Amino acid sequence: MSWLTNFLFSSIGRKLTMSLTGIFLILFLTVHLLGNLQLLAGDGGEKFNLYADFMGQNPLIQFISIGNFFFIFLHAVLGILLYFQNKAASGGGTSRYAVKSTKTTTYSSRNMAWFGTVILVFILIHLFQFWFKMKMTSIPELVTYDGVEVKNLYTLVAATFSNIPFVIFYVVSMIVIGLHLSHGFQSAFQTLGLNHKKYTPIINGLGTAYSILIPLGFAIIPIVFYLTKA
Amino acid sequence: MKIHLKVWRQRNGESKGYLEDHQVEADEHMSFLEMMDVLNEDLVSKKETPVAFEHDCREGICGSCNMVINGQPHGPDSGTTTCQLHMRSFKDGDTVVVEPWRAVAFPVIKDLIVDRSSFDRIIQAGGYISVNTGQAQDGNAIPIEKGRSAFAMDAAECIGCGACVAACPNASAMLFTSAKVAHLGTMPQGEVEQSTRVQSMVKQMDLEGFGMCSNTGACEAECPKGISITNIALMNRQYAGSVLGSEKSV
Repeated sequence: MSWLTNFLFSSIGRKLTMSLTGIFLILFLTVHLLGNLQLLAGDGGEKFNLYADFMGQNPLIQFISIGNFFFIFLHAVLGILLYFQNKAASGGGTSRYAVKSTKTTTYSSRNMAWFGTVILVFILIHLFQFWFKMKMTSIPELVTYDGVEVKNLYTLVAATFSNIPFVIFYVVSMIVIGLHLSHGFQSAFQTLGLNHKKYTPIINGLGTAYSILIPLGFAIIPIVFYLTKA
Repeated sequence: MKIHLKVWRQRNGESKGYLEDHQVEADEHMSFLEMMDVLNEDLVSKKETPVAFEHDCREGICGSCNMVINGQPHGPDSGTTTCQLHMRSFKDGDTVVVEPWRAVAFPVIKDLIVDRSSFDRIIQAGGYISVNTGQAQDGNAIPIEKGRSAFAMDAAECIGCGACVAACPNASAMLFTSAKVAHLGTMPQGEVEQSTRVQSMVKQMDLEGFGMCSNTGACEAECPKGISITNIALMNRQYAGSVLGSEKSV
């Protein structure tokens, strides 16, 4: 089995792990956004609360969510590790020369590790605010729809986003996710070896659209809640 | 034209280096290396130690005239080695900072000269094809599609200067290694050994302590020969294919 560990710990193996976990997280963002957009359905949260309850109960979703947590952890830990290994190999990264040249690289490609760190902090705060309170405390009160009792996560969301610092924090975090995606999306395919005259321009175009639309979709939610709060 | 030079001076690998100031009276028709020659003649006449820099062919094909000029390997012009860079690319009174390649796998020997034997060891690990000597083969015996030979020729343009490593924020040698992998493995003569080649070369590259590619594209932009990161994608998929798909492991 040493060939497998050698492969996974080789430079390309580590890159592939970053790429594959990244692609999983990209897919997760779409599902997460589609679910969350139900917050804006204008029905006082019925659709969203039933959806949140389904996501919290369904065994398949629970299984995938364990994978999701694991991939976030792996992507973050490996990303931080690679940052330090690369910094050590180059003897100081982009600042190792007296004159720092930034002409040939994009802002986002140079700062992936910093964006990633901000995103990790965001995820931890975000999980504490919603996931932790939903699962571990009795904070969202119960609400009954057609005899089915579910937790009213909608009110928790509304309460959180009536608070301007949180709205700003969420919107800024979404901009950072957009920047992270603008390099990460196409980079994941390049790492997988998918660089092709026909497909690469399509991948790059999709990546740009994705890195704008998905964070925009998420950012709209706190903004709408804040502007329409009672 | 007057050039204010800040040149990296370092006695040897152990000593600490520093940037040294010099004024050089250059001519816009001079190549960058000729400007360095003027500086060195001046230093010699003053009984000072000339700046050590590597150079050989001075026609852009040997890959030895390696300098980071104002933060860019081989200077501001694209697709150009330092020896082919001319002083007309600078203005009278410019301050020009000259530094060696910086990477842990390229330790400084003296001033601007670095030890690039790590590249040699990557080549020794698999950057060759095994052909029995003997009668010359019929040149047309093996049909090769034009697009394929052109792709291999593009990759073969790599002169192994190391600008990719110097430009990369991570000091990754993936552009160099992948250029060799693509150049040798795309042609039928080299395809036979490609599976072991790609594994051996990547293994050696990792052992030398180069960083990991994060697809910034700096290497491709600074490469004096315009080697494309398409080669890195090819190496990535061939490496994964070779490790996972073949029974060989190196």
